[in-house]
Amino acid sequence: MTEEIRAILGTTGWLQADVSTLADGDDLYAAGLTSLASVNLMLALEDKFDVEFPERMLRRRTFESIAAIRGAIAELAGEQAPA
Amino acid sequence: MTALERARRVGSEVAAKYADAVDREARFPGESLAALKESRLLGIMVPTELGGEGAPLSAVIEVCHVLGQYCASTAMVYAMHQIQVACFVRHGLQSEWHRAFLTRCAAEQLLIASATSEAGIGGDVRTSSCAVDLNGDRFYLKKNATVISYGDHADAILVTARRTPDSPASDQVIVLVLRPDYRLEQTSGWDTMGMRGTCSNGYWLHASGSPEQVLPLSFADISAQTMLPTSHIAWSSLWLGIATDAVERARAFIRAEARKKPGTTPPGAVRLAEVVGMLQQMKAGVVAATRRYEAAMQEPEELTSLSFAVGMNSLKTTASQTAVQVVNHALLICGIYGYRNDTDYSLGRHLRDTHSAAVMVSNDRILGHTASLLLVQKQDPGLFA
Repeated sequence: MTEEIRAILGTTGWLQADVSTLADGDDLYAAGLTSLASVNLMLALEDKFDVEFPERMLRRRTFESIAAIRGAIAELAGEQAPA
Repeated sequence: MTALERARRVGSEVAAKYADAVDREARFPGESLAALKESRLLGIMVPTELGGEGAPLSAVIEVCHVLGQYCASTAMVYAMHQIQVACFVRHGLQSEWHRAFLTRCAAEQLLIASATSEAGIGGDVRTSSCAVDLNGDRFYLKKNATVISYGDHADAILVTARRTPDSPASDQVIVLVLRPDYRLEQTSGWDTMGMRGTCSNGYWLHASGSPEQVLPLSFADISAQTMLPTSHIAWSSLWLGIATDAVERARAFIRAEARKKPGTTPPGAVRLAEVVGMLQQMKAGVVAATRRYEAAMQEPEELTSLSFAVGMNSLKTTASQTAVQVVNHALLICGIYGYRNDTDYSLGRHLRDTHSAAVMVSNDRILGHTASLLLVQKQDPGLFA
């Protein structure tokens, strides 16, 4: 799942930093993710993983790092996040 | 006296007296600001342990509403100052430097301006081109600020900038710079349709200071949690104040008409009934948003939710439009007496001032932002929840 999230982040140009230089826990907003780009990121993630983010997850922290995104999607998919 | 009582006095005794001159001459409402300082209203949000009154946001919102009824420029200067104060009260109390500044702010009634917009970044305050450049134990900052409202009259300026010269455009911080440490070089003036007293000139800002003057939290977080909601609510409240005074003039006009011909209802009375309803709707929006924000302040997570951003954006876009509609309605009621600039029912200044609401932070930009949030935000089916 981590690789798929990285692939989405890497091909869209929403980050100003190169995604391969980021650790899973790094702050994506500090890497250039804007609030508008985060909306497009949510849409891409919903499409890729066939999930829908509920209202309670639609906040800044849910998308602040690759690890946070992975946790949110894993929670929605009803599975444990891979270590 | 409560803050509200003091504001009412400043509004009726000082701001009202100079509002027309401030508007005509496009000059800073210096008399009103001096009265606000004398009434100790600039530092009311500063915590009591730092010498302020620890007033809640709603108290400031009420003051904006009252001042808007007398002089829109005074109300706007006051609102903008308090938006800046809110950022430091909510995000600077862990910093010794900012605590000391807030103490001075309350004691000396300092006025804080802001430099958030910048030339060459396309009008989006959430990106910066300028950067905090640290050299030893001093930073230097140079910003081509398209607007610094009342820049010539402020004691300190809140500046947004990239965290370092190597940071991406969206990695911004807030820096507070103090008058002795900055220099302003004016690049543009402020000859506008309305809000003529805010003196929102453009400047090159050259500043330096100590790294402690940078707020630790990112601007993105401070904007979402404090600056954006406080701005939308404070502005909407003062626009409501302008609209309230316009309706008051329309009421007075209808009363005078009714007295002339006892027993008959003046033709404009029905329109008055209609505009009172519009004003009530606008007021409900401001009050509900203030309550929602005060409740959400306890939960930083809620403040970054999409539904909260949509709610605050929608308050701004609707209140700004309704304010113009209300004043326009009042103008139709007062007719030629409202249209003239020399009667007790004159509404030209109100109409011009409220027209600023949709363009100062363009509604189209905000609606565009809201529209993109709605691509993922879900409808709230509840009523009181």
